[in-house]
Amino acid sequence: MSHRADKGGEGVNAPEALLSVQGLQKHFPVTKGLLKRQIGAVRAVDGVSFDVRQGETLGLVGESGCGKSTTGRLVTRLMEPTAGKIFFEGHDITHMSQSKIRPLRRDIQMIFQDPYSSLNPRHTVGAIVGAPFRIQGVQTEQGTKKAVQEILELVGLNPEHYNRYPHEFSGGQRQRIGIARTLALKPKMIIADEPVSALDVSIQAQVVNLLEDLQNELGLTYVIVAHDLSVIRHISDRVAVMYLGKIVELADRKSLYDSPMHPYTNALLSAVPIPDPARRKDRERIRLQGDVPSPLNPPPACRFHTRCWKAQVICKTEEPPLAELAPGHQVACHFPENVEQATAPAAAKVAQNVEEALHPKKPVV
Amino acid sequence: MRPVNPASRGSLLEVEDLSVVFRQRGRADVRAVDGVSFSVSPGETVGLVGESGCGKSVTSLAIMGLLPKRGVRVEGGVSFDGTDLLSLPPDKLRLLRGRDLAIVFQDPMTSLNPVVPIGTQVTEVLTRHRGLSNGEAREEAADLLRRVGIPDPSRRLREYPHQLSGGMRQRALIAAALACRPRLLIADEPTTALDVTIQAQILELLKTLVAESGTALILITHDLGVVAGTCDTVHVMYGGRIVERAPRHELFAEPRHPYTGGLLASVPRLDQPRGVRLQPIEGSPRDVIPWARGCAFAPRCPNRVEECTPVAPELLGDRHGLRCVNPLRSDQPATKAVPR
Repeated sequence: MSHRADKGGEGVNAPEALLSVQGLQKHFPVTKGLLKRQIGAVRAVDGVSFDVRQGETLGLVGESGCGKSTTGRLVTRLMEPTAGKIFFEGHDITHMSQSKIRPLRRDIQMIFQDPYSSLNPRHTVGAIVGAPFRIQGVQTEQGTKKAVQEILELVGLNPEHYNRYPHEFSGGQRQRIGIARTLALKPKMIIADEPVSALDVSIQAQVVNLLEDLQNELGLTYVIVAHDLSVIRHISDRVAVMYLGKIVELADRKSLYDSPMHPYTNALLSAVPIPDPARRKDRERIRLQGDVPSPLNPPPACRFHTRCWKAQVICKTEEPPLAELAPGHQVACHFPENVEQATAPAAAKVAQNVEEALHPKKPVV
Repeated sequence: MRPVNPASRGSLLEVEDLSVVFRQRGRADVRAVDGVSFSVSPGETVGLVGESGCGKSVTSLAIMGLLPKRGVRVEGGVSFDGTDLLSLPPDKLRLLRGRDLAIVFQDPMTSLNPVVPIGTQVTEVLTRHRGLSNGEAREEAADLLRRVGIPDPSRRLREYPHQLSGGMRQRALIAAALACRPRLLIADEPTTALDVTIQAQILELLKTLVAESGTALILITHDLGVVAGTCDTVHVMYGGRIVERAPRHELFAEPRHPYTGGLLASVPRLDQPRGVRLQPIEGSPRDVIPWARGCAFAPRCPNRVEECTPVAPELLGDRHGLRCVNPLRSDQPATKAVPR
């Protein structure tokens, strides 16, 4: 099937990055009273920047309410960003109109979390998976039905089930139908929002393996949003850890999991239960106190300082920038861990920060 | 941890051959739980593990007598400290429930009443079962909330469930469950709806409670990681039956049932090298029509042999119980390292 329209036009921005997000923000207004007076804003995503390279998998991980799903929806333009820029293949798609964005939807597709609510119960599998062809007006050589059946086979479903309804399938099979729908128009990039968290343990592995196989076969680029650090480690090439609307650490998988620098990443990793009682003993456990603060009124400066055991005065007054402390390893922290591999200037910056913390210019409560 | 031998310690709860059958007019009966037996001693934590639909939650509801009377047939015996819970009249059972038996449900959003303040929901247990006055009950409730790690408890008592975060709601539920220092606590997926950092806090809290007050805990979960950190004895359930039962260390070091091995091999783990492709269990639980002839797991089983289908295997073995005719051998690794 070679039904992709050639779009032509060379990129204007960073050609190697398929997707580039710069300073992305999404604030949801909070209104009160009859006149809907705005009394505040939930800063769901507050200045997020990252690149996704062709063919790689970026994992977005964090606790509930950290803005990871919102980021996914902003990138697919299912939501309108408050500020910031989104470049796809070098084109600025941040505020592109609906009619202009529609051809682009072929290239960016989304897999949703809940396989029960993301499929229309009154449509057959054929209608669901064939919908992209219909909406985009794509003609295929041997008709839509043949194309749909090929895709069903690709994701491991029986092509004969073309006329069945979603309720006749199990959770894992439904998620495969959702994946088949995203693959229909041969997208370049797929945003998957918690693709396996609603599935049973034994089925999760099937879907994870399917996503991997499809990537190898079709050269897809993934952005995977998930809260499960083990799944993210398994599937991602690079990982971004989010906390309260900001990226606190962004690194390739190995250095993030082997030598996490941000205290929050360390705490998250140590909280993951490991299914082996014999190995649990030698793990260092970090217990975070309390809950994630409300994004309506996030803590000033470093947003993690209310739960951080390393927090100093400077953490409450000055926001740490997302800085590259090791090659390809960005961290937003004044007192990062595992900095022995850090480059000299970064180490100097840390020293300077410590100096400032010990001798603040003005007294801080 | 210490080896557990329920017989020598005197078990608090004995579940004997428990079966639950749901009947619907015009349809075949559904046997959700089939011949489940286990026991829990004071201070012991027992895990019931399995995927959705394996009968683990129905087991806990049957023990607590919370299943509807109509259309449900419960068979077998549940004996709590010598009292048969299944034949106990409802008013007597109500006296036990909340005082000696308590349960924490999975979803903290739906198991609290949204229009009643947290304080009222916690003190209700205290005034009813321990006969405290309202004032005493409020003080005790504040103390309970503080013990489960809720800051500023007297303010929280006046608040409504929607004003609390998910982790705090779950803690409030646990506080209400612990109000009368129950001798048996059933925690049904207590941390599934929570984030990992909050999950770690709640599990730590449960462990402390068991250690301090000698409460017997039944922990129901699908997460093997949670089980590995908390339970003394683990029962793995599939299709309404216990398929494997073993002390925690033994189960994880040497799983014998192909289903247990399959579960362990299908989760990505932080403590293992990443170059291992996940080994999913083929098919899905709904593909099988369970309780037909033979082993319910046979259609998905990699070790399937002819003997699996005519008759269901029995749960054999005292210390390490196993319901399988062709178990995993010790030289057959559950996780095969397959190059990616």
